[in-house]
Order: sequence, then structure tokens, then C-alpha cells
Amino acid sequence: MKIIVCIKQVPDTTEIRINPETGTMIRDGVPSIMNPDDKGGLEMALRLKDEFNAHITVITMGPPQAENILREAYALGVDRAILLTDRKFAGADTLATSNALAGALRNIDYDLIIAGRQAIDGDTAQVGPQMAEHLQLPQVSYVADIHYNQNNLLTIKKETEEGYQMLEAEMPCVLTVLASANIARYMTVSGIITAFDKDVEVWGADKIDVDEAKLGLKGSPTRVKKSFTKGRKGAGEVFEVEAEEAVGIIISKMKEKFIIKPN
Amino acid sequence: MDFSLTNREKLFLQMITDFAEKEVKPIAAEIDEEERFPVETVKKMGKIGLMGIPVPVQYGGQGGTNQLYSLAVEELSRVCGTTGVIVSAHTSLCIAPILENGNEEQKMKYLPKLSSGEWLGAFGLTEPNAGTDAAMQQTFAVDAGEKWILNGSKIFITNAGYADIYIIMAMTDKSAGTRGISAFIVESGTPGFSVGKQEKKLGIRGSATCELVFENCEIPKENLLGAIGKGFGIAMKTLDGGRIGIAAQALGIAQGAMDETIKYTKERKQFGRPISAFQNTQFQMADLETKVQAARLLVRAAAYKKDEKLPYSVDAAMCKLYASEVAMEVTTKAVQFHGGYGYTREYPVERMMRDAKITEIYEGTSEVQRMVIAAKLFK
Ligand SMILES: Cc1cc2nc3c(=O)[nH]c(=O)nc-3n(C[C@H](O)[C@H](O)[C@H](O)COP(=O)(O)OP(=O)(O)OC[C@H]3O[C@@H](n4cnc5c(N)ncnc54)[C@H](O)[C@@H]3O)c2cc1C
Ligand SMILES: Cc1cc2nc3c(=O)[nH]c(=O)nc-3n(C[C@H](O)[C@H](O)[C@H](O)COP(=O)(O)OP(=O)(O)OC[C@H]3O[C@@H](n4cnc5c(N)ncnc54)[C@H](O)[C@@H]3O)c2cc1C
Repeated sequence: MKIIVCIKQVPDTTEIRINPETGTMIRDGVPSIMNPDDKGGLEMALRLKDEFNAHITVITMGPPQAENILREAYALGVDRAILLTDRKFAGADTLATSNALAGALRNIDYDLIIAGRQAIDGDTAQVGPQMAEHLQLPQVSYVADIHYNQNNLLTIKKETEEGYQMLEAEMPCVLTVLASANIARYMTVSGIITAFDKDVEVWGADKIDVDEAKLGLKGSPTRVKKSFTKGRKGAGEVFEVEAEEAVGIIISKMKEKFIIKPN
Repeated sequence: MDFSLTNREKLFLQMITDFAEKEVKPIAAEIDEEERFPVETVKKMGKIGLMGIPVPVQYGGQGGTNQLYSLAVEELSRVCGTTGVIVSAHTSLCIAPILENGNEEQKMKYLPKLSSGEWLGAFGLTEPNAGTDAAMQQTFAVDAGEKWILNGSKIFITNAGYADIYIIMAMTDKSAGTRGISAFIVESGTPGFSVGKQEKKLGIRGSATCELVFENCEIPKENLLGAIGKGFGIAMKTLDGGRIGIAAQALGIAQGAMDETIKYTKERKQFGRPISAFQNTQFQMADLETKVQAARLLVRAAAYKKDEKLPYSVDAAMCKLYASEVAMEVTTKAVQFHGGYGYTREYPVERMMRDAKITEIYEGTSEVQRMVIAAKLFK
């Protein structure tokens, strides 16, 4: 079984700060990590490796320093690592990102493609599903667990708002996985020591199978008009009163704001 | 020497910090309170390779450096001094002498299982009447043809009871002074070998410290470590290496107390402001931070020299002397900055202060480190 896991390097914070003048994200002083959902997806792949001796390739698109998460992936036990980096990829929105990734995947053998559900910086959850569309593969998002049935079939537990669905999918397919799907293992000491002796393949736009017009800023229909940090809400009003009186206050406040019908 | 961490060391630090925060910190207070040896942590550490970091791959180890090993001890000790010393005694005092003095059979027999954490190691030099004056060994081994017969006792042995392999010093020729001391590998369960009572201690209370008793203990001939009469030299060299581990432990404890104090003084308000806003807090903390960094550089330098196979005994003595005294100073002041809360077990700093003290005592007291450093100065 050949698995590809798409991993993204993200700032280690759930609170993105935006420079109000340039409208770009402030990355200074924020350490970079492997996106948590991607770590969940990678662990899922590693378990398939433990059990079925799967071969794992990790791929990331990003600046040269994104190599760090590829080394981390080697230390966790993957077999091959590819860094997509090229000025032509810069300024990509989700569509251009998924086009670049799909273009690379066309040049790699796979039975299964795993992505994270969502990146904690961009937060769109679009890249995985878009990639599946470009490659015309079946996709299951919000994956919490999988079971491999040998005959190329996966039984998949997909989380929904109400509960979960049990699905069956034939490989090859694309899964987008939740960080909560499993507890990620620790890197091993020998994994860390040997990770830096392994080869990280660097691929530019010329190495992937996609129309260059679909890459980077050119390939991005999204135009960001303005980026801003959401304003803080004002301090709430505090009433220290008995329960009955409190209910009265809440009701009248809701009426004031037309949340419930004023009489 | 380059003072910045390599990419490999940075990735290692990321892993060990994650491990320390998730697996070690949550039980640190509990194992101290209950004086419980954390067997489960040792298992987990073995699984990811933390029990044999500087052992070459051909002997089942990780093929890492002493720098990585001391980073591990530091980071574990930042959250739990007990866990730090378990790894340090195992690696520096049991694995290292086998690696450095063992023959090929001994290395193949013991190092893979020690490195995987399947076996735990310990080291027995100290006796009731041979502490700082370690040459006064009364435990003795007699050559009985097929075997060595060992009699005597050891005290204060770290990891005792939980360890599978013990490096034991004993007199083989009472008339020859330090040249009459030899080193042996003793396996737990050897007839005539028993572990005595566990000490009740001020700090590192989760670590096991016990007496070892040898009563006509029969040791296979092939378990002599190194040449006969070379035991004292082996012990002293082993302690040189061990001191880097203990210095890293002290450094970690100091860093842990710094981290806690920075957090606490920013939160705790008196006179309408956080106590971190008082200049007294800021100046004292600035001094302590400087000392911790100085200790860190001494530890790194000693580990570097050991990795580069340069002489490092004096560097090891200096880093242990300095880091342990800094740990004591930082933790004592950390309790002071926490006020009454710091004196209670609600906060970890009193434990850190209790744990710090031992780093000035074992593997040579601070006085011994001064002797080592002075001997070089005035030779
Ligand atoms: C503040 C901000 C606002 C943005 N606004 C928009 C916008 O409005 N519209 C828009 O189209 N784009 C926007 N982008 C850009 C977009 O987020 C990036 O193009 C990003 O590369 C892909 O989307 P994502 O981070 O949401 O990833 P998601 O779609 O949330 O990621 C899902 C999964 O896809 C995989 N993946 C994603 N990116 C990569 C990668 N580079 N390499 C490997 N695998 C990857 C990972 O497995 C990841 O878990 C914005 C970015 C930021 C930081
Ligand atoms: C928790 C713990 C774990 C330990 N683990 C181990 C272990 O795993 N293996 C092992 O072999 N040992 C171990 N030890 C023993 C430890 O190394 C000794 O306790 C230490 O070396 C001091 O010896 P002592 O206790 O006999 O003190 P003493 O030698 O009696 O010293 C008492 C005091 O006198 C000072 N002193 C002694 N001689 C001189 C001198 N010439 N000049 C100036 N001052 C001097 C000392 O510095 C000290 O302050 C452990 C001890 C403890 C408490």
C-alpha cells in the first residue's frame, strides 16, 4: 500500500495576528509546527505502515524552511519526503495550492491520499476536497477512524455535527483527517538522528504535472480585499442578583436587541 | 565550539519537551508525594530510545551524542528531578562503564537490553565507610577458580531494586590500595545478592536509593569489567562522565524553577501590581537567568569535549559544581518569590528546592569538585 500524506507548516497559535498596515500575517516570534490535523493524518498512515507495511510519502508546499516538518516526519517513520517550493507557487489561495499539490501527486504512485481536515492558519478546510476533485478521486472529509479491509476497501468513521457516519470507500481515495482521530506518537531518538541523513526531494513548478497558469497568484481567483484581526467585544455587563430577577433582566435585554419578540 | 543548537538538536529538543510536558510533568508531584518509582515512565522512555542515547547503533543504542543525552536529562529534570536522575544513573553510571571498559561479549550481552530500557542499570561504589574517600572499599571479591565470591555492602545506590544490572566496585587485593580495586557486572537475582531497605529522602523521592548486600555472592568469572585492579580508575572515569549528567539534571531543575517563577510573578499581584513589576524581582531574576545560562554553557562545553574525545574531567567537575550551586540558589529564591504559596505543595518550587540539594552531594560533593579543579591548578 502506498500512502501520500499532505502536511503543512503553520504558526503554533490559534490566534493569527495581522499587521494592520500590510494586511499580512505576523509570523515573527511564532514558532512553526506541523499542522495538528496533518499530524493526526500522518499517525493514521503510520499505523497502516505498522500493520500492513505501507510505504509513506509526505509532501508539503511552502518556503524552504518547511523542510523542518519533513525532517520531523522522517523522525516519525515516513519513507520519502518532498518539498514543493518555487517562486511560482507564491501567493497561492486554496485553489492554486490544491492545483499545485494535485500536480505533484500525479507524478507519484499512491493508493491512498491523506490530508488534514483543516490548517490552523488558513482554516478553510478546502485544500483536501479540492485536490480530490482535481484528481477525480472519491473523498471523505472529517475522518475520525479507518479500518483497512485488505480487498482495497476502507471502512471509515466520519464525524458529523450530530454524530458520525460509517462509510465504505474504495482506494484510491482522499481522506481529510481530524487531529483528534488518534494520539500521535513521539519521534524516536534514532529517527531524529537519522532524519537529517535522509533526502528531502525539492520540486519546483517544472517537476509537477499542471498548467502553470493555475499556480501561485496567477492561479488564485481569490482577491483578499482586507485582512484584519477581529475587534474585541466590549466588556459584558455583570448583574449579581437572585435567579428570578436575573431571568427578568435577560428577557428584557433580549427584547431590547430583538432576539425575542418584544411583546 | 558553536553555542547554538544544530537542527538535529532542535528537533530532539522539540520531542523531549513534548514528552516531558505530557508524560513526566503530570505525575511529578505524585511520585514525589508517594515516593513511588515511575516504572511506567521508564517503559515509555525505553520505547522511544531515551535509555540508550549515546550508545552506538551496533550495540542496540541510538548512536547519539553526549550533547543530546545531556539535553534529555536537562529537559526531563526541568519538570521532574527524579526522572532525570533515573536516566542519568542508568546511562552514565551503568551503560558508559560497560561501553568504555567492557569486552565485545559483555557489550553485546548487556548494551542492547540496557539501551532499549528492557534492563535498567545502577552503579555501586559508596559504602558506609567509603563515601568521599571512595578508596576505602571494604567489599571484597575472592577468586574462587570458576567464580568470584563477593562479600560486603553498598549504600545509597540509585535505581537499586528496579535495576537489572549493577556495576560494583570491590577489593580484589587489600594490600594494593586503589590498585587493588576491581569492577564487576552483577545481575539482579544472582544468588547471595540482595537489595536492602529504601532510604527516605529529602528530594528526588521517586527515585529508589537502597543498600546492596553481598553474602557469598557468586559472580561468573567473565563478569569482571576491565582488567583486574583497574576498578578504581574505571569508577573515577565513570563519575567524570556522570557529572555531566548530574550537571544537566541541576540545570534542568534550575530552569524549571525559573519558568515557574516567571509565570507566577507575572500573575501574582500585590500593592496593585504584579510582583514581576518590582525592580527587586526583575534584578534578582536577571542575575539568576545569567547564572543559569552560564551553567548551561559549562554543561554544553563539557559534553562537547566528551563527544570530541578531548580531556573533560575538569570541565565535568566545573559544570557540576556550578550548575548544582546555581540550582540550589535559583530554587531557594523561587520559593521566596512564591511567598507562602511556594512553601506549600500546591506549587512545584518547594519540590524543586528539595530536589536541587542532592545535586551538590552525589557523584562527588561540591567539595570534591573543588578538589578536582584545584588539583589541576596546582599540579
Ligand atoms: C489569514 C489568511 C487568509 C486567507 N484567506 C484566503 C481566502 O479568503 N481565500 C482563499 O482561497 N485562500 C485564503 N488564504 C490562503 C490559503 O489559506 C492558503 O492558500 C493555504 O495554502 C491553503 O489553505 P488552508 O490553509 O486553509 O488549508 P486547508 O484547506 O484548511 O488545509 C487542509 C489540508 O490540506 C493540506 N494542505 C494545505 N496547504 C498545504 C500545503 N501548502 N502543503 C501541503 N499540504 C497542504 C493539509 O493536509 C491541510 O491539513 C488565506 C490565508 C491566510 C493565512
Ligand atoms: C540520593 C543519593 C543517591 C546516591 N546514589 C549513589 C549511587 O548510585 N552510587 C554510589 O556509589 N553512590 C551513590 N550515592 C552516594 C554519594 O555519592 C555519597 O553520599 C557522596 O559521595 C558523599 O559521601 P558520604 O555520604 O559518605 O559523605 P562524606 O564523605 O562523609 O562527606 C561528608 C561531608 O564531608 C565533606 N568532606 C569529606 N571529605 C572531605 C575532604 N577531604 N575535604 C573537604 N570536605 C570533605 C564532604 O564534601 C561532605 O560535605 C548516593 C547518595 C545519595 C544521597
